[in-house]
Amino acid sequence: MPRDRDQITTPPDGQPMTEQPKWRRDFPIDIPEDEYVARRDLIKFMALTSGAFVCGHAFLAAHSLLRAAEPAADAARPIARVNDLQVGESLSFAYPDGENAPRILVRLDEERFVAYDQQCTHLLCPVQARFEEGVLHCPCHNGYFDLQTGNPIAGPPRRPLPRVALDIRDGVIYATGIELSPP
Amino acid sequence: MNRRFTRPQRMTILNGMMTFVIVIIVLQLWLFTATVNMYLGGKTGILLPALLVSAACLGLIAGLLWYLYGLER
Repeated sequence: MPRDRDQITTPPDGQPMTEQPKWRRDFPIDIPEDEYVARRDLIKFMALTSGAFVCGHAFLAAHSLLRAAEPAADAARPIARVNDLQVGESLSFAYPDGENAPRILVRLDEERFVAYDQQCTHLLCPVQARFEEGVLHCPCHNGYFDLQTGNPIAGPPRRPLPRVALDIRDGVIYATGIELSPP
Repeated sequence: MNRRFTRPQRMTILNGMMTFVIVIIVLQLWLFTATVNMYLGGKTGILLPALLVSAACLGLIAGLLWYLYGLER
C-alpha cells in the first residue's frame, strides 16, 4: 500500500534514503513517528503525575476529616508545678505522648506561661527560649519565633509553632490541647 | 466531522498540548506545595477547594489526552 508523502520515513539528517548508511537502509526508523510517540507518552506520564497530585490532595483531605472525627485525645495532663519555674526559665516536656512530641514551656511573668511545640516548623530542629530577646531561637538555620505568640519573625520558618493550651489549677500547670494555628 | 490531520499538523497540535500540560502540572505542583504548607499550619479549610481544583486539572489533562487519541483514530 503506498504511503502519503508525509508518512515517508525521514532520516535525522534529511538526506534521501539512498544516501543513508546501510544499517539505516536495512533497519529504517520512522524518526518523526518516534518523536510523536515519545511526546505522546510524555503527556501520558504527566497525566499520571497529575493523578498522583490529586491522590495527594485526597489523602490530605481524608486525613484531615479522619482527624476531625476522632475524639480529642489531648487529655489534660500535669506538666509542672508553677513554682518549678522562675520568670524567664523554660522547661522541656512531652505532650500528649512520649518522645515524639517535645514541647517547651516558658514562664513569661508571675502569672503567664506559654508552651509551644519544640520542633521548628522549618526542619524540626529543637527551638530554645531566649527570654531576654523575647524570642524562641532555632540554632540550625537561625529561625526566630515570637515568644508571646509563636509566630515566625525571622529566618526560614514560615509557619507558627503549634501552641500547647495550658490550664493552671491549684499551683499545677496542665497541658490541655494543641492549637495548630494561633487563635 | 472527523477531520484528518497530516503528521506535521498532528505534531504541532501535540507540541502545543504538551506545553499546556506542562504549565498545568507546574501549577498543580505549586498548589500541592501550598496545600501541604497550609495543612501543616493547621489551616484545613483550604483542603477541599484544593482537591477540587487539582481534580479539575487532572480532568483537563485527561480530556486533552482523549482528544489526542481521537486525532489518531
